[in-house]
Amino acid sequence: MSATCHDTQDHVELKPEFVAHADELISHYPVSKRSASLPLLHFWQETHGYISNQAVEWIAGKLGLNPIQILELVTFYPMFRQHPAGKFQIKVCRTLSCQLGGAYELREHFMKKLGITKVDEHGLGISADGKFSVEFVECLASCGTAPVIMVNDDFYEGVSHTQADELLQKYN
Amino acid sequence: MSCKNPFNHDITPADAPLLNVQVDGQWVQLPRGLNVVEAAKRVGKFIPHYCYHPKLSISGNCRMCLIEMGTPKMGPDRKPIIGADGKPEIGWIPRPQIGCATMISEGMGIRTDSPMVQDCRKGVMEFLLINHPLDCPICDQAGECKLQEFSVEYGNEDSRFVEQKVHKPKQVDIGERIVLDDERCIMCSRCIRFSREMVNDDVLGFTQRGSHTTLAVHPGKRLDNNYSLNTVDICPVGALTSKDFRFKMRVWFLKETKSICTGCATGCNILIGSRENVVHRLTPRENELVNSEWMCDQGRLGFHYIHAEERLLQPTARVNSTTLPVAWDDAFAQIRDRIKSYKPEQIAIIGSARMTNEELFLLAELRAGLGGNAVLTDVVPRTGEADGILRSADLNPNTAGAKLFQISNDGKNLAAIKDGIESGRIKVLYALHEDPVGDAGLSEFALAKLDLLITQKLLKSHSTDIAHFSLPGASFAEKRGSMINGAGRLQRLNKAIATPGQTMDDFEILLKLRSTITGGNSLHTIEEVFKAVAASIPALSGLSLSKVGDLGVEVAPAAATVTT
Repeated sequence: MSATCHDTQDHVELKPEFVAHADELISHYPVSKRSASLPLLHFWQETHGYISNQAVEWIAGKLGLNPIQILELVTFYPMFRQHPAGKFQIKVCRTLSCQLGGAYELREHFMKKLGITKVDEHGLGISADGKFSVEFVECLASCGTAPVIMVNDDFYEGVSHTQADELLQKYN
Repeated sequence: MSCKNPFNHDITPADAPLLNVQVDGQWVQLPRGLNVVEAAKRVGKFIPHYCYHPKLSISGNCRMCLIEMGTPKMGPDRKPIIGADGKPEIGWIPRPQIGCATMISEGMGIRTDSPMVQDCRKGVMEFLLINHPLDCPICDQAGECKLQEFSVEYGNEDSRFVEQKVHKPKQVDIGERIVLDDERCIMCSRCIRFSREMVNDDVLGFTQRGSHTTLAVHPGKRLDNNYSLNTVDICPVGALTSKDFRFKMRVWFLKETKSICTGCATGCNILIGSRENVVHRLTPRENELVNSEWMCDQGRLGFHYIHAEERLLQPTARVNSTTLPVAWDDAFAQIRDRIKSYKPEQIAIIGSARMTNEELFLLAELRAGLGGNAVLTDVVPRTGEADGILRSADLNPNTAGAKLFQISNDGKNLAAIKDGIESGRIKVLYALHEDPVGDAGLSEFALAKLDLLITQKLLKSHSTDIAHFSLPGASFAEKRGSMINGAGRLQRLNKAIATPGQTMDDFEILLKLRSTITGGNSLHTIEEVFKAVAASIPALSGLSLSKVGDLGVEVAPAAATVTT
């Protein structure tokens, strides 16, 4: 249960467009810049994949805060990743309908196929080549077609083990 | 007020209007601006609390200070309904409220010990103890732990918890002087608020909020500021412990002696925690006019020299090249016999602004007996940087006193003393609590030219080795006396431990040396010396050591202006 952000990636050079958009986000909160903490964290994760130590310190600096105040947020929300996930992120729904529809077996299948044995504190497992990551998520809002998954932003319903294998081929 | 607290919930302005408040059935008048915890305290009712601290912002997260409150019932005319007793009737709120974040108002009712309040406290205690390790036998906080105390006072007799406790990081090294045990932390956030509000060093925070909430420093940062150990004081449990004190002594064995810190001219009020003549720790003692409830780490940890191995324990005399132990009375007599043959111009005294007023007074008398102003005298000035919180730029605790008794010349005479010794004009040097070489900047070569070198110090050095007489004195924890801080406040030191070995309290050494050389004048005790001090200084007239009290007195501005 460590609070550290893993800096497995080299220091990221921030593009001018990134900085400009961040400034734009901050301008939405004229009363208290601190309110821009969450939007900036989301934007950083969308752009760079995960919240590194660099991200925490950069955002804190931008908002005139101390890094610990950003780290408090990052560690509160499991959806902020503190280390990189796979290039293709397989998110398996585990809420009731999908669970009944075989979501656990489906996740197990992905894990076996990808040779993933270890998961982090939030249940995220990454394949050895870093290409795929598998994790459970909560309801994806398609309970009639369980089990459902998302691969990055693509949505798949009623996923059988055969289809799962095909998806792994497709995203290669 | 010399210490700027971010908040002072326990202090209201003198002109605050009084409000009528009912506390546990009794109507009392209390100044507006108090919260319920402080209001209850003023009428002798204690409301237990963990996160609330009178000098920090209110976070209201521990829920221990839950009370019942009510406001006056209003009639249709929007006027309070007056009951049979002539007092307003109170409409009680059916839910408990936190006392720390509730300000008193006109006609308010407070119940600090009703069945509902007692129930709430039991409940809060049960929750707090769910994940708290029961390692009290090896916990440094045991004996001064609020969780222990409130458990006895307000808790349950047994636990209903049968599940697995949450495990968190142990022995986390979060700073130069502090170790954190996260399992013991009850998440009151006092340390976070102290670091943020008092010292503006916001490195602490809660990560993993939820059932695994963890107090942490930001990776790569450390809780290393010069006030970090105050977080150990205000931590209600044993989560933050001092590396210097941990596992050294059970706190209930400590004898606490009220004194002052001699680390700089601020003169923070302290408690010396000692057991069997060993000082184990210094902790701040509340004095709103000096240090509030805080002290700096430098002052707090700057006492270990008392028990250093180099401590001189025996008066010695040098005969030719051998140094031999000598009886005190023999030393005084020998010094008298040797010093008599020198003219005042041949004698110099290096005193110290670390000496007490009583010692400085006696030193001034001794100087008068040796020839008065012709005897060159000075102290060693020490300057550092003021930090705007507690530390003074003057690192000597009694510069004001040294000036008052004309021992100090702001260090300007040090060069003349040096020249005098080097040119052979000065033959005798008496150095007290300053090392002639290390502190006063004389050369070993110059010292060797002296006919008579008398040192009165705590620690062995080259100077004490070559001194003709080495008189081992007492540390601040081993003596009584008074000092005047940078703001002109006269404060008392008290004796916590006995002087070790053959060492002697400095006022006694000076008293005996003076009596031997110039004859006595019936001063024997420290009280008598202080009385003589007070009689000779108009600013201190009428004072006695007992009148100075634990919190000190501001002496007339005349004395204060000397300090600047």
